[in-house]
Amino acid sequence: MSNPPVATGAPRAMVDPVASRAAGSDFADRLRVNSEYVVIPLFALLVAAALFAVFLLAIGKSPADFVAYVWRGGFGTAFSFQNTLQRSAPLILTALAVAIPARIGLIMIGGEGALVLGGFAAGALAIPLVGHAPPIVALFLMAVFAMIVGAFWVGISGFLRYARGVNETISSLLLTYIGIAIMNFFVEGALRDLSNPNKPSTMPIGDAYMIGKIPGTQVHWGFAYGIMLCVALYFLMARTTFGFAARVTGGNFRAALAQGLPVGRLIVACTAIAGACAGLAGFFEVAAIQGRANASLAAGYGFTGILVSFLARHNPLVIPAVAILLGGLVASGGLIQRRMDLPDATVLVLQGLIFVVLLTSETLYGRFAIFRPGSGQDRK
Amino acid sequence: MSVTGFSRRTLLKSAALGAAGAAFDFGALNRALAAADLTVGIVYVGARDDFGWNQAHAVAIKSLKEVPGVKVVEEENVPETDAVSKSMESMINLDGAGLILATSFGYYTPFVVDLAKKYPDVQFRHAAPLWNKDKDPKNAGSYFGYLNQAHYVNGVAAGLSTKSNKIGFVAAKPIASVLSNINSVLLGARSVNPNATVQVIFTGDWSLPVREAEAANALVDAGCDVITCHVDGPKVVIETAEKRGAMTCGHNASQAPLAPKGFITGAEYKWITIYKGYATDLAAGKTLPNFTAGGYEVDFVQNTPFGAGATPEAQKAALAAIEGLKAKKPIYVGPLKDNKGKVVIDKTYDNLDPFLDKMDYLLEGVVGSTT
Repeated sequence: MSNPPVATGAPRAMVDPVASRAAGSDFADRLRVNSEYVVIPLFALLVAAALFAVFLLAIGKSPADFVAYVWRGGFGTAFSFQNTLQRSAPLILTALAVAIPARIGLIMIGGEGALVLGGFAAGALAIPLVGHAPPIVALFLMAVFAMIVGAFWVGISGFLRYARGVNETISSLLLTYIGIAIMNFFVEGALRDLSNPNKPSTMPIGDAYMIGKIPGTQVHWGFAYGIMLCVALYFLMARTTFGFAARVTGGNFRAALAQGLPVGRLIVACTAIAGACAGLAGFFEVAAIQGRANASLAAGYGFTGILVSFLARHNPLVIPAVAILLGGLVASGGLIQRRMDLPDATVLVLQGLIFVVLLTSETLYGRFAIFRPGSGQDRK
Repeated sequence: MSVTGFSRRTLLKSAALGAAGAAFDFGALNRALAAADLTVGIVYVGARDDFGWNQAHAVAIKSLKEVPGVKVVEEENVPETDAVSKSMESMINLDGAGLILATSFGYYTPFVVDLAKKYPDVQFRHAAPLWNKDKDPKNAGSYFGYLNQAHYVNGVAAGLSTKSNKIGFVAAKPIASVLSNINSVLLGARSVNPNATVQVIFTGDWSLPVREAEAANALVDAGCDVITCHVDGPKVVIETAEKRGAMTCGHNASQAPLAPKGFITGAEYKWITIYKGYATDLAAGKTLPNFTAGGYEVDFVQNTPFGAGATPEAQKAALAAIEGLKAKKPIYVGPLKDNKGKVVIDKTYDNLDPFLDKMDYLLEGVVGSTT
C-alpha cells in the first residue's frame, strides 16, 4: 500500500482536465458527505421527540410543558445551565471510555467499574496523603492513581479480548460488578471510617483537599478536564499514526494483522486509555463532590456514558455537546417531576427512546443519494 | 402554573428582599414571607411507593399537603451524589422552597451541610441523627424516629404468635440502627416468651431483592414461622414469607396489604408528627428545633394495625407494650450479654440513650453474626 500523501496526490494529477471543477466542488462534497452525520442523528432525535410526545399525550400531559420545563430546568437560568454542565462532567469522561475502544472496534461498557474503582483508589490513596502532602501534590497523585487503576481495569477486558478471544462487552460488564464489590469490600472493611457508623465510607479527605469549582461558576474542574481530554483524544485518534493504526484495526482486524500492526498492544492501549478516562471521572467524584469513597460512586454515570458515546457516534469532539444535552435532560428531570407530577422514570423513557431510535437510524446511512459526493453532477 | 408567572414571582421576591434587606432585619422579613406561604421541598432516594422507607415519608408528606399555606414539591429517586445537591438547590432557586427535607442518610455530608452554608435563609432538616451542634450550620438539623421501639412491639406480638419460637429477621447491613432493631425484636419477644429466639441473615446491601427472597426462604426452611426485616423495601421479604405460609411483621411503612393471611403488625415511622411540627413552627415565625428525635413517647413511631396473623393475646400484649413505651419504659434492661457471652450492656439504659446508638453486637438469643 502506498503512503497516504501519494495516494491523495496521484488521482488529482490524473483528473487534471477537470481539476478546477473538482477543487470547486471539493468543499461542497465534503459538506455533503459530512452533513449526513448531522442530519441523520438530528432526524433520529426528532423522531424520538415525536414518539415521546405521543407517550406524554397518552398519559394526559402536555409535551409543550415538558419542553418548557426542560428548558427552564436545564438551560434557561444561570443556575440551571451550571447544573447541566456539572451533571455532564462525569458523562463526558465515561463517554470517552466507550468512544475510544469503539474506534478500535470494541464495544466496551465497563466504564462504571473503572469509575468506581478509580474513585475508590483515589479515596484510598488520600488516607496516607492527607495531612502529609500538600493538596496539589496529593490531588495529582490521586488523579494519576485513579487513572492507572481505571486503565488496568478496562485494560483487562482489552487484553482478554486479544489474548483469549473473550467477548469484551460481556467481560467489561461483568468486571463492573466485580469492581463495585471490591470497592464495597474495602469500604465496609479494612478502609472504613469508623466515625461514620451508618454509611460505610473511607476517611473524608477534608475541605482543604477538595478540588473545588472552576472560578466564577458552580461547576467543578472535572468538566474542564473532560473537554480538554475530548480535544486531546480526538487528535490522538484522528491525527496520529497511533490513531490511524487503531482505526485500521477497528475497520478490519485481519487486515491490520496482515499489515503487521501491533494489534494486541493497540487494543490494550485503547482500552487502557478508556479506563483511565473513567477512572479520572471517579477521581473527580471523590475529590470534587463526595470527599470520600463510598457506594455512592456507583451512580450509573458509566452506563449513561454509553448512551452519550453512541449518540456522539463515538466522536470525541461531539461528546461534550451530547453530554450537555443529556445532562440538561437529567438536570431538568427534577423540575419535571415536581411541576408535572410525572414519575422520575419519565426522563429515562425519553433517554431510552432516543437510544433505540438512534441505533435504528444507523441503517439509514448511505441510503440517500443526496449525501453522496458529487451527486449533484453526472458521474460515471 | 405558568413558567413565566413563576419566574416573575421569584424575581419580585428577590427584588423585594434586596430592597428590604438594606433597611430591615433580613431574618424577620424572611420569616414573614415563610409564614405567608411555605414551600417545602422533599427529596427521596427511592420510589415513593416502595412499601418502605420512602413510602413512610411520602405518606406523611401527603398529609402535610393538607396543611393550609403549605405547598410541597417532591422529587424521588435522587441518588446520594451531587444530584441531590442540585435537586435541593433547584427547589430553592426555581420553586422558592423555604424548608428542605432530605430523607436519605447519605444526603447529609457533604450535600446538606454545604448547601445550608450557601443558603442561610433556607431551613434544612435531614432524617438521621447526624446534626452536630458544634460544627454544623444553625439552619440545618436532624430529625429521627427510634423505630426500634416499634420493632420491640413487633417482637412482643411475634413472641406470642410464634409456634416454633423462632423469629426470622432479614437484615441489610450490620450497622447500628439495624442491629438495634434486631435486638429490640428479640427483647420484645423474650418479654412475653422466654423461649423465643431471633435468627438473622444479613444480605449485605439495602436493596437486593433476589437475596432478600433467598434469605426469607432460608429462614422459613430453618423453622422460623414469623419473618420480619430491615431492608429498604420490605415488599419481597413479606410477600415471600406470606407465600411460604409464614407470619410476618413489617418495617418502615405498612405492608399489611401484601400479606392478608399472615401479617401480624409492623414497625412504622410517623413522620407527619415532625413535619406538621415544622410547618406550624415556621407559620408562627418560630425557629425550628435543630434536633428532633424520639419514639413512642413523642409519637414519632407507630405500629401498623394488626393483621390476620395476630392472635387476640398478642394484640393485647402489644398494646400494653405500646403504653409502656409511651411512658418511657426502658427496652434495654441490663445487664445483657451478646451472643458470644460478653456483657455488652452493663446497666439499664433509657430508650434514647446515646450509648445505644453505638450498638455493634447481637444480643444473646439472636442466632447470627455481624461479621
